[in-house]
Parts: sequence; structure tokens; C-alpha cells
Amino acid sequence: MIGESMYQELILEHYKHPQGRGLREPYDAEVHHVNPTCGDEITLRVKVGDAGKIEDVSYDGQGCSISQAAASVLHELTTGSTVEETLSVVDEFTRLMQGRGKVEADEDVLGDAVAFAGVAKFPARVKCALLSWMAYKDAVVRSAR
Amino acid sequence: MTSTSFDVERIRKDFPVLSRELPGGRPLVYLDSGNSSQKPTPVVETMREHMAMHYSNVGRAMHALGSESTEAYESARDKVAAFIGAPSRDEVIFTKNASEALNLVAYSFGNRSNTDPRFTLGPGDEIVISEMEHHSNIVPWQFLAQRTGATLKWFGVTDEGRLDLSGISGLVTERTKIVSIAHQSNVLGTVNPVADVLRRAREVGALVMLDASQSVPHHAVDMASLGVDFVAFTGHKMVGPSGIGVLWGRAELLEAMPPFMGGGEMIEAVWMDHSTYAAVPHKFEAGTPPIVEAIGLGAAVDYLSGVGMEAIEAHERDLTAHALDALREVPTLRLIGPDSLERRGATLSFTLEGIHPHDVGQILDDEFGIAVRVGHHCARPLHLRFGIPATTRASFYLYNTTGEIDALVRGLHHVQKVFA
Repeated sequence: MIGESMYQELILEHYKHPQGRGLREPYDAEVHHVNPTCGDEITLRVKVGDAGKIEDVSYDGQGCSISQAAASVLHELTTGSTVEETLSVVDEFTRLMQGRGKVEADEDVLGDAVAFAGVAKFPARVKCALLSWMAYKDAVVRSAR
Repeated sequence: MTSTSFDVERIRKDFPVLSRELPGGRPLVYLDSGNSSQKPTPVVETMREHMAMHYSNVGRAMHALGSESTEAYESARDKVAAFIGAPSRDEVIFTKNASEALNLVAYSFGNRSNTDPRFTLGPGDEIVISEMEHHSNIVPWQFLAQRTGATLKWFGVTDEGRLDLSGISGLVTERTKIVSIAHQSNVLGTVNPVADVLRRAREVGALVMLDASQSVPHHAVDMASLGVDFVAFTGHKMVGPSGIGVLWGRAELLEAMPPFMGGGEMIEAVWMDHSTYAAVPHKFEAGTPPIVEAIGLGAAVDYLSGVGMEAIEAHERDLTAHALDALREVPTLRLIGPDSLERRGATLSFTLEGIHPHDVGQILDDEFGIAVRVGHHCARPLHLRFGIPATTRASFYLYNTTGEIDALVRGLHHVQKVFA
């Protein structure tokens, strides 16, 4: 029953009811990232407002529950925060995902994203969880250009 | 269900891995033989014995071990030739895998060092493949088209997962130089009507190649009666090791083709500015070959012949019948491929509504130890054709049981419960 630690109720909930899904205007940058090994893909847009505040993260894509739920959680955690704040969340999430299940998650920083801790034990699925988060990081960098 | 002559429990004892437990005490239910098959003890032991007691390089060492190794390597070629009914043992070329065999043949077209008219290729000439091909029977032909300016065309696939032959006379024409298709689809399980394609190809003077990676392991395939020009298959899908594949080709064609790779043992004589080449098959086997792997493949065909290919085919047919019935009971399951036993093998791909195949595969593995393949199975264009990014694929072999198929169905019901 290793599976139960990966398919947390919260992940399934985000998969079935994705938050902020759909591409919206206006936006400062749009990126398209794919995972060639499994075909998962995401198109993601960011709109950065005054004082470096993320006004919207909109996205569309297809893939497994982990990749889709991760995008939904990303939307919730980033919208309304400053670019700087969100990048530290991305860093913490990346650290958790690449920790092979041995890294203690900082719940204060990650919020709902701690539900993905179990995914870190499955090297083949880590990139599913990271797909939208890496796309977000890329989009933020491009929006600043 | 299973034929009385076929004792699957006895077969299973030959495959040590099938009795192991996975972490957490899960039994192993291996339904991924279309990806790669498990290995029976005689194959493992033959390779171990050779490596431990007889190993040396082949073809060039003039000592006792060199002669034992060469003898074993070349006798593996004899075994493979007999297994596939090759008119001559020299028509069996050992490659690294089926992909190398396909690349080797593609390389010989439109090549300046090959003036044989059957192999000349340029703008205006055409290559024909199909939409159900594995990437290894697509990309080498894309390379060839890009290199020569020839045009790449393909058969479509019907909704039922059959090769669409309706436009064959417009597709395979006087401009066609080569038609290369799968003997059996690695996703759909469809066994293609080789004779129909071959007849049209012969009318227009085109050569025909088969990717038989999914057919040779599962039923008797006879080169002489197939009547095609080239056949590629691989050892690891037929209870042999990885690292060894086979190209069979008609001798007169192989002789007309240029060497694919240069190196040791593929030459006749070498000067500083030019070389002459060895006769087939060695012309195509540059460098030290996968010696132990070839010997392992020889042991694999001995093993399969010992069980009997007809018996294996019948057993897989029983499994497929059982699986088709059982999978129909799973709500929202959509089978991608023929839903009858007619001209199909023991490979079944499907989708479950609202659940991504990666999640299906993960839960089947984590909770039940069921190994299936998920994704596009190296056949992305076929999945695009059906408008889906991925499928879950169960593929059976001689060691699988109806009980394992029942376990799969129970697992799928559980997956649906998790995502309900």
C-alpha cells in the first residue's frame, strides 16, 4: 500500500476540481513545457502587477493527476503573493521533490503543497509534480525581461 | 480455458523472477512482456556458463577459447536461422536491437556507395510506412527522406485499429521503393495482412520490410513463406537478453547493400586509403559483437522451440479471449485496437475515462504488484490518431495466467474507486 502516500485526498481533490484552470488575459509571459517521457504538457501564463505582485497564474494542460493537481496548487499558492515570495515557495517545493522522500517539508512555506511529499519517493513521478512549477519559474523570469 | 497440453505452472517455474515478492509483500504480476520479456533459467544459465568457462572474442582469436566462443556464437546464428525458417544462415545478421536492424536497411537506400537500382532513392521516390508504427520504424525512414529528398507516406489506421488498405493502390505506386510496416502492432495487438501489402508492393517493384519485434516472440514466423525482403526483431522480447537483435534479409539484397558500420571483422582487406569487405553476415557485424547475448538468444529460441510456438500461440489466444471478456466488464474502459480474436495478438491497450494512464499504472504497481506499461509506448502518432495522449497496455506471454488477468481487472476496479 505504498500508493496511499502518493495519492493524498488533497491531490485527488485538486485533480478533480482544479483551481484557476484555463488561460486568461492579460498576461506578461506565456510558456509551454512538456515532459517528453510521458507526454504531459502545460501552457502557463503569469501576470505580474505593481510592486511585483502576482496578479494571475493561468494554465491549461494535460497529464496525470500529480501533474494537474500540482498546477492547481501552484495557482493557489502564487496568486496574490510577490514574485520573491513565490520563488522561495518554488525553491522549497523543488527541494522537497528532489529529496527522495528524506526531506522534511516546511509546511509554513508550502501550505497545501506538502501533500506532494509522498511523490518524492517515486523518482519517475517527481518530474510530473515539478512540470508546472518549473514552467512557472520560467514564466516569471521571462516576464521580467 | 488453457489448453490441456500447456502446463503454465510448469512454465512459470522456469522463470525465477515470477516467484519473487515485491517490497511490501506484493506478488509480481508481470503483464509487460510487449515491452520486454522475463528470462527462463536455461537462458540465464547458458549465458553464465559461457561467460564463466568459454568466453573469448569471436572470429579472430586462434586459441581454444576463441574457437569455443566462435562455435557458440555461430551456432546461435544457426539456431535463430532455423527458428525463423531462413533459407540461409548467412541471412541472419546480429544487431544490437530491432532499431539497429531497421536503421541498417534504411541506410542502404539512397546511399552513393550503393548503385543497385532497387536501392537508389531521391526526390520523387517514395517510402511507405504506417500510422501504427513504433518510433523505431518511423524515425529511420524520416532520416532517409530528409537525407535523400524522397517522400515519406503512410497507411492510415481504421477506428477498429486495422491497417487501412482502402487506398493502397494510390499509396503504394511505381514511385515506392520500400514499404516498411509492423507485422504486429505493439499497441493495438493487430496482426497486419502482410500478403495484401506484399502483393501490391510486388506489382510496383517495391521492397518490403517487416518490424516483427512483436510477432516473432509469439507465433511461428517463417521467412520463406512470408515472402518479404527484410525482417527485424529483437532478443529481449523473446525470453532472450537485451543487447541482441536480428536483421533477416534476402541474401541477394544483403550482398548488394553497403556496410552500415565500419570496424573490426567486417573487412576482407584494409589499405590506408580503402578497404574491401567481408561477406554477409559479417559485413554487417563491425566490432566485437554482443557475444554472450547472441548465445543467450540461441538458448532462448531453443527454449521457445522446446515449449512449441504453436502451444505458445494457443495459450496466448486463450489469455486474450479471457482478457477481452474480462475488460468489457470494466466501466468506461475503451479498448484501443481490435475487440475480437481475429488477427490480433496478446497485447491490449485501453483508456479509463477521467483517469490518466500514469495514475492507473502507478496504483496497479503500488497496491497489487501489477506491471503494465503506460504512456504512448513509442507510438505517439498512433495515439494522436486516436486523439489520446496515452494508454495503459497489458501484454501477455507464455508464462501469464488467466488469474493474473483477473487480478488486473480487480486492480482496475480499485483504481476507479480511488478516482471516483
